[in-house]
Amino acid sequence: MATAKANMEKNPYENMKRLSPRKRAFKQMAGRFFQNKLAVIGGVFTILLICTAILAPVLAPYDPVEQDYAKYLESPSAENWFGTDEIGRDILSRVIYGAQVSIKAGIISVGIALAIGLPIGLFSGYYRGKLDEYVVMRLTDAILAFPPLVLALALAAVLGAGLENAMLAIGIVYVPTFVRLMRAEVLSQREREYVEAAKASGIRDLKIIFLHIFPNCLGPILVQATLAIAGAIIAEASLSYLGLGTQPPTPSWGSMLSMGQGYLAEAPWIALFPGVFIFITVLSINLFGDGLRDALDPKMK
Amino acid sequence: MARFIVRRLGLMFVILLLVSMIIFSLVHITPGDPALMMLGQEATPEALEALRERLGLNLPLYEQYLNWVGGVIQGDLGNSIKDNTPVLSILLQKLPVTIQLTVFAFVIALMIAIPAGILSATKKGTIWDYAGTSFALSGVSIPPFFLGILLIFIFSITLGWLPPSGYVEPWVDLKQSILLMIMPAIAIGIRLSAEITRMLRSSMLEVLGADYIRTAYSKGLLGKTVIVGHALRNALIPVVTIGGLQLATFFGGAVITETIFAVPGLGRLVIDGILTRDFPVVQGAVLLMAVVVVIVNFVVDILYSILDPRIKLTGGQS
Repeated sequence: MATAKANMEKNPYENMKRLSPRKRAFKQMAGRFFQNKLAVIGGVFTILLICTAILAPVLAPYDPVEQDYAKYLESPSAENWFGTDEIGRDILSRVIYGAQVSIKAGIISVGIALAIGLPIGLFSGYYRGKLDEYVVMRLTDAILAFPPLVLALALAAVLGAGLENAMLAIGIVYVPTFVRLMRAEVLSQREREYVEAAKASGIRDLKIIFLHIFPNCLGPILVQATLAIAGAIIAEASLSYLGLGTQPPTPSWGSMLSMGQGYLAEAPWIALFPGVFIFITVLSINLFGDGLRDALDPKMK
Repeated sequence: MARFIVRRLGLMFVILLLVSMIIFSLVHITPGDPALMMLGQEATPEALEALRERLGLNLPLYEQYLNWVGGVIQGDLGNSIKDNTPVLSILLQKLPVTIQLTVFAFVIALMIAIPAGILSATKKGTIWDYAGTSFALSGVSIPPFFLGILLIFIFSITLGWLPPSGYVEPWVDLKQSILLMIMPAIAIGIRLSAEITRMLRSSMLEVLGADYIRTAYSKGLLGKTVIVGHALRNALIPVVTIGGLQLATFFGGAVITETIFAVPGLGRLVIDGILTRDFPVVQGAVLLMAVVVVIVNFVVDILYSILDPRIKLTGGQS
């Protein structure tokens, strides 16, 4: 008895035992996440970028839209760390303000996709039936047949150029992904014992769906949403690059790249700095999302 | 097998029907007058009425749709608003360019992905693995337009090795045509190659742990024979599906890449169509892309079930 007690005290998970199962699972997940160095680096960079976006007015040394023809196309210097563009605007300030557009576009487009996709997936997966198989599934099949960027472009063109419409278009394009994922998760959950128990005790369907099934599906949704934000940032930059997203003079990384392409020989910094920032942002979010996935599901990989 | 194919074929037609409805409604159900969208705000009322008449916009919606689909089935995709050329002939003129780009990009993608995938799986945990994995991660994170601009900056402007942009038919000047295709093909192929590397690595790892690989080694077969002859063959099965699934993303990349490098293919056509509001052209090009994606995915599904007999042929459900 005494040795058994001593062994228990040595158990590193001893203090975890007092936690509720959900808290313990969360703690173990966080432990696995923090062991993954790349994921932590990705997370830190992501947080830094979000801070940059929020603090842009404080951090930016100059007004991002102020033109100064006296110093156009100047190379990076102590005064203008990233140089200036063709009408003398400070690239560093524009890159900092560009983070606002990118982060906002990523979060809002994915928010739209979640708001439309999750309820459809939840009900479709829970009730199944003809509506699920013949309408929801086939319609998502059809939307997924379109190249996502082309569909977003066409939608943005029909809705009219501008950041808001671009975010709406990108959000709509991501809807089927979340419908499919949510539905698949619900399908695997609805056969579990806890759902049967809830049904047997006479709990209403709506309550089962939202209070019991939905919270158990959140993990994979969170991972997919994170990775989708990275995709949405590329999509917004692509639309802005093609002139259908953020409109001038508002600085966005995509439109800065397209302007800078014309000056690649004499002033490469105009295009290269925003490009590097898109790359780092998307890479960080992807690293973070991958780490999240591995931490949530240690069997994968 | 026959039942599976028939079922899958039926499903494909349903999807194609829905695809055609989506494309149609994109222009016709969305708020605003399509004629006004095509001609712009400064159009005169007479010009608007004439265009509506020409496009049959005064008819009821279902009749417009039936007319359009009826035309599409007979190969009539309407005429370009810009110069009245039949959309079909424009598409047929642009398609070979995009096919050429696609072939180049797939060759480059496989040339990188197969060695990278094999190396990072067989030498798991070594520097090779880290190199392969980092490549895969960077490849999916770099936007194609930035990669394209970076390539132009490095290889055309700084080093002067490659022409920056443009297109020449291969039968006009083969060497120049290939030189012009290299950068666009890399810009668009890197993402594909990153996805394939990722997939190949994980499926190779799974296969390498299988009993029959141990048996092959214990028979005294050489490492190379086992890896290429046994492991790679089986590991490539899931990779085939990636090719199909990635095709849609690939077309999206083509839009951007063809714009950067001034390649006159389907992608460039979509953008030009959108920017000049030539909606019949946009509808036709997008329809063509979606049809290709649907057909390729159908073929991949069938191939998949032939390659891997373990897959149940119930089909249709996903």
